[in-house]
Amino acid sequence: MTNKSRTFIRMSGLGGQGVVTAAHILGVAAVKDGLKCVVNPFFGAEKRLAPAESYVRIAADEIWERGEVLFPNIIMIFHPHVITLGKCYTMPFFAGLQRGGKIIINSDRPLDLREEELAQLKELGAEVYYVPATQTAVEAGGTALSSNIAMLGALLAVEALVSPEAIRDAIAERFGGGKFVASGTTAALDDVLKSKFDRLAQLIEKNMAVVAAAQGRVSKHHY
Amino acid sequence: MTTQQVVAPEHLFFEAERERQFMTGSEAVREAIKRANVDMAISYPITPQSESMHLVGDIYAQGYLKEYFRGESEFAVMAAVAGAAMGGVRVFTATAGPGTLRAFEMFPTWAGARLPVVCAFMTRGVNSPLTIQPDTIEMAFLLDTGILMFHAENAQDLYDMILKAFVIAEQTDVHIPVGVFVDGFFVTHTREEVATAPADLKLPPYNPYSAPVPVMDMESVPVRQMRDPFVMKSNFISYAAHASWQQEILAAQERARKHVRRYLGGLLEAEHPEAAVLVVAAGTAVSQGREAVAAARREGLEVGLIKLKSLRPFPREEIRTLARQARALIVPEFNRVGWLAREIKSVVEDTTKVIDAPRVFGGMTMPPDLILAQIRRCCA
Repeated sequence: MTNKSRTFIRMSGLGGQGVVTAAHILGVAAVKDGLKCVVNPFFGAEKRLAPAESYVRIAADEIWERGEVLFPNIIMIFHPHVITLGKCYTMPFFAGLQRGGKIIINSDRPLDLREEELAQLKELGAEVYYVPATQTAVEAGGTALSSNIAMLGALLAVEALVSPEAIRDAIAERFGGGKFVASGTTAALDDVLKSKFDRLAQLIEKNMAVVAAAQGRVSKHHY
Repeated sequence: MTTQQVVAPEHLFFEAERERQFMTGSEAVREAIKRANVDMAISYPITPQSESMHLVGDIYAQGYLKEYFRGESEFAVMAAVAGAAMGGVRVFTATAGPGTLRAFEMFPTWAGARLPVVCAFMTRGVNSPLTIQPDTIEMAFLLDTGILMFHAENAQDLYDMILKAFVIAEQTDVHIPVGVFVDGFFVTHTREEVATAPADLKLPPYNPYSAPVPVMDMESVPVRQMRDPFVMKSNFISYAAHASWQQEILAAQERARKHVRRYLGGLLEAEHPEAAVLVVAAGTAVSQGREAVAAARREGLEVGLIKLKSLRPFPREEIRTLARQARALIVPEFNRVGWLAREIKSVVEDTTKVIDAPRVFGGMTMPPDLILAQIRRCCA
């Protein structure tokens, strides 16, 4: 159930963009910061560019419910096609957004949203933010594969849910040890990502640079 | 692999100090099997189960199991598992939805052969058009196969129930298979905190002489039934042999009750059982129910929560007693047919008290708000 002390996040993106990984890293970071957290993904056939969503519930107290977040406070859109091509499990993309909720969209320019959508968002008191996450990932991290990390940076700028230190530790844990077992496709993407960096320390530092850069590149939409 | 020390089940379950880790349900399966002293596991991939048996394969590579391979199909896997169990080893496998149905003949066969196989079922919709999403419909089909059925609410339950399932299944007065059910994706792919015992502890090995039937003895039931033309005949002796054998499987389920109480702490768990309105659920529906009950109690509504952990054996007397003082039993379910409400109706005295709603299926998430709406209606 939604209440003021809980943050419910819906992340919508395309297969291969790291929507599941971003939720994983955020969840691990939340637990490291002493918060309660439940994270789960939803996808169909595991293939690139297919709609993929993940859900993160963070609170100071126990959370029992699971599954799709139907009434999010924060919606993170990892690719404009989620909105423009409807690659999303919910239509419109902000369905269920709580009053005064926040939306973070990965796009280097404001999207041409329809008048009625803008009117509905305004009526909801929604705060809409844009961040050029993919561009930031390429510039600060040297690879578009870090777009999901840039989205987490943007999230920290909009709402300081977890500490950057916890994000750093969570990235180290996700890509560092042999503990994480991924599906074949995810493992292949992991290998590509790791091949972009000489060693783990560099992967972590570059991704933290992406987090910092993205934090500074968030712009608020004015109705 | 760390060298493991065999400890009493009670120590592993109740006394050993536990460490909390943030993990998925699939990873909780791996952690359970690591500590279960399993001899052999056989796998066949199907979403949302694939990751669990993949992880069991990883710990085989690390030396935690003696044998592991991929079968040719779910039916082949369940048949091979039967062979392994008849041979006297502790065996584990898992499947989901369509895989369950493909292997279906083997489940009553396991029970009939008194095999203490433990199988995890990561429930998934069975449908055309195809779905990979969670739905508990396959549990309805399995209710009368003779296997014991436990339903995990979350990853913590999944870890605990798998370990305890081996100990319950292998009791001489039980010695029938246990299915540990868990909602696909909602638990298997969900990351949450799970407390586990140290990985250097493990259960005592399976003792094949705990079996109430001799291991692979061609002269004794059940194997003798398969080869002996006398019993294969259609005659009075044949009918009597089969009838008494089937009753014996049901009796074994009944005898399991005391072990379920001892290890799972009861066939069900009750919070505020004195309340006039009760939410009665199993699996993920319990988690969604907890949210709704907490919200309703904040509104001052008198409502309680009943979590069913064992569906076979079914907590018949427990539910009948709870229903006597209650005004309404709300049964939220993740399937189309409402099999749990049917089960509950079959044991309560006044079936009009059972509200078989809300219900979602085909992979939908049940918003706790739907359960809360039913609670408000019943309390009005």
